[in-house]
Amino acid sequence: MSTIALKVNGKDVSTEVEDRALLVELIREELKLTGTHVGCDTSQCGACVVHVDGVAMKSCTMFAVQANGADVRTIEGVAEGDALHPMQAAFAEHHGLQCGFCTPGMVMTAIDMVRRLGNDLDEATIRHELEGNICRCTGYQNIVKAIKAGASAMAS
Amino acid sequence: MYETSYHRPSSLADAASLLANASDGRLIAGGQTLIPTMKQRLAAPSDLVDVAGIAEMKSIAVEGDTVSIGAACTHSDVATSDAVRGAIPGLAELAGMIGDPAVRHRGTLGGSLANNDPAADYPAVVLALGATIHTDRRQIAAADFFDGMFSTSLEDGEIVTRVVFPIPEKSAYAKFRNPASGYAMAGVFVARMKDGAVRVGVTGASGNGVFRSAEIEKALLDSWSPAAIEPLTISAEDMLSDIHGSAAYRANLVKVMAKRAVAAIA
Ligand SMILES: Cc1cc2nc3c(=O)[nH]c(=O)nc-3n(C[C@H](O)[C@H](O)[C@H](O)COP(=O)(O)OP(=O)(O)OC[C@H]3O[C@@H](n4cnc5c(N)ncnc54)[C@H](O)[C@@H]3O)c2cc1C
Ligand code: FES
Repeated sequence: MSTIALKVNGKDVSTEVEDRALLVELIREELKLTGTHVGCDTSQCGACVVHVDGVAMKSCTMFAVQANGADVRTIEGVAEGDALHPMQAAFAEHHGLQCGFCTPGMVMTAIDMVRRLGNDLDEATIRHELEGNICRCTGYQNIVKAIKAGASAMAS
Repeated sequence: MYETSYHRPSSLADAASLLANASDGRLIAGGQTLIPTMKQRLAAPSDLVDVAGIAEMKSIAVEGDTVSIGAACTHSDVATSDAVRGAIPGLAELAGMIGDPAVRHRGTLGGSLANNDPAADYPAVVLALGATIHTDRRQIAAADFFDGMFSTSLEDGEIVTRVVFPIPEKSAYAKFRNPASGYAMAGVFVARMKDGAVRVGVTGASGNGVFRSAEIEKALLDSWSPAAIEPLTISAEDMLSDIHGSAAYRANLVKVMAKRAVAAIA
């Protein structure tokens, strides 16, 4: 067991975790932030993507102790009060989801994409960048549209 | 996953002594291979020694005719480094083709080399450029490092600290991804060195892991062009054969990837 201290969605969290506990287990089971999903548990689907110190990572492939001292942001932490994050709003507007299971990971990956590549993303880039996020419903069409629109909305 | 004890040393010396004192200790860097393996209970280390935060393993520098990259640099650090992009653009491109963005944010150069997956990308560039692998004990030439699939000449507890790559005149990497996993079905790194030598590293294709293709090297030495590779027939003898592709298919992919890599910088 280890005692860790980190920030999750801006709030200080200090807790004891088993060393083998995954970050996603801390997020979902201890902090009850169930917006972050586990789709595959084999590092492939991206449903568990969160930001650790501002960078997208798969929380199923990282130990909670490795986030000691880090600033973690989950899907619950991207909106400002009742106002959706522009990327969330774009997913709603463009219907970038059907069942919604992959959506939290898609949104977190999309925000990270904008951080790295800027607000003007073309379709080929977005599709390529979604390599690590799997959606089994939409065929990606509206996800790509949503990310393009969300990326430009984030500029304003 | 079985229980384990996690340690985060801040120096190489501390990492080495933590490993030495553990009953069944294992290094962890990005965890992008080790954590999935532990989940499957294929690995059950008593202790994990995390090298991801060791500053001396995280720097990237151009030094004379070489680029020196810390073993704990992530794939994303390498792909976006101005120093690497300036000196060896083919290496930066290769790092940017590994896995997906989230995997690249954690996975490291040292972890990839220590693991020596036969379908991993880094072994192709390390062998092709004749890089030197520095450890906490010695320096190992690439030609002596890779030892068949998932096997290297690293000793128990030996820590890869950095990799020093000679800067070639020009180089490029082409990879045919397995559409599901993203790993290489065939990945070919071609380089023309400053002394005119041609060196070609091939990953993903052979059952023995990464290798240099003498016949492609010879063809490119005669004429640096995709056309020079066209008449070659790559032997399927040692190639992997599985549900993703037969040995003959992989042998042909090697040729096609070599042509694409050369075409990219012809
Ligand atoms: C979804 C997914 C897709 C991927 N796609 C690709 C791909 O397309 N191409 C590719 O090449 N790879 C791919 N990978 C693997 C990825 O590149 C890993 O990052 C890499 O294989 C291991 O690096 P790591 O830092 O994560 O190592 P870890 O998982 O932390 O460790 C791996 C092994 O190396 C040892 N080790 C770690 N650091 C050191 C060191 N400094 N010295 C000595 N031993 C050390 C560990 O003890 C362990 O045995 C993929 C992984 C995932 C999850
Ligand atoms: S649950 Fe983490 S990648 Fe699928």
